[in-house]
Amino acid sequence: MNAMSLGPYATYIVTSYVLVAVVVALLIAWIAIDYRRQQRRLRDLEAGGAIRRSGRSATDVK
Amino acid sequence: MTLIDLANPSRFLSLTARLLPWLAAATATLVAIGLYQSAMAPDDYQQGATVKIMFIHVPSAWLSMFVWGVMSVAALGTLVWRHPLADVAAKAAAPIGAAFTFLALVTGSLWGRPMWGTYWEWDARLTSVLILFLMYLGLIAVWRAVEDPSRAARAAAILTLVGAINLPIIKFSVDWWNTLHQPASVMRMSGPSLDRAFLTPLLVMALAFSLLFLTLHLSAMRNEILRRRVRTLQMIQVTKSGRRPA
Repeated sequence: MNAMSLGPYATYIVTSYVLVAVVVALLIAWIAIDYRRQQRRLRDLEAGGAIRRSGRSATDVK
Repeated sequence: MTLIDLANPSRFLSLTARLLPWLAAATATLVAIGLYQSAMAPDDYQQGATVKIMFIHVPSAWLSMFVWGVMSVAALGTLVWRHPLADVAAKAAAPIGAAFTFLALVTGSLWGRPMWGTYWEWDARLTSVLILFLMYLGLIAVWRAVEDPSRAARAAAILTLVGAINLPIIKFSVDWWNTLHQPASVMRMSGPSLDRAFLTPLLVMALAFSLLFLTLHLSAMRNEILRRRVRTLQMIQVTKSGRRPA
């Protein structure tokens, strides 16, 4: 387990990894929340009678 | 399926819906393997355990430049080929590129403090990467400031191509000027100078970060296409009702 002993600079190493994890988690959360928000807005608009020229549902991504 | 087929947003969304679960699973697996290998890598004889910061700093730095490269190709797609998804790709990539550039800067500072004795030095490599970060923020601001997406796309495309001049400056800054930053140790004409014990986890993490970017980028592009559908439907609704949208 020698590889896991981080020595006197452990704070710098751990802070770096935690920071990367936080920023990546924020990116994932932002994209996931944005996806749900756009889908909800599309559903609301379609419920309000707005229809695409193709006639297909705007939330259909399959 | 060709690039022309992907010009159809509906086909792109269909392909993305099928690809994303596999990409996410492959990314998670590679990140887990990369983190394990990074944890088990030996200490460097000079840098000690701080060498572990390299496994996240270097992939972040590579991606910071790679994403701008992707945006530059997309800018050509907007200005030259007028590909309908080119500006969607560019707009979706900018915040992700900014995030990786931020990580490259901060993890570099956290690595620099114990190794160089300072968090920051205004040398060529660090300053050119900071400029890259500011350019990402500028591009995001352009996308937000210009309401018409097609006008914003052209302005952003020109800015992106002008900003691409910074990429070779970043890459060769350590050769052209005296800097605190070490010279390239992986992408060299004579081959990598890193020991295999460090090179393997570094390459695995670089591949993991690249897959992460691909997954996030495709997801953000999907969101941008849906956002444009929202805008279109709002226009249709306004035309029907004869009033302005809120």
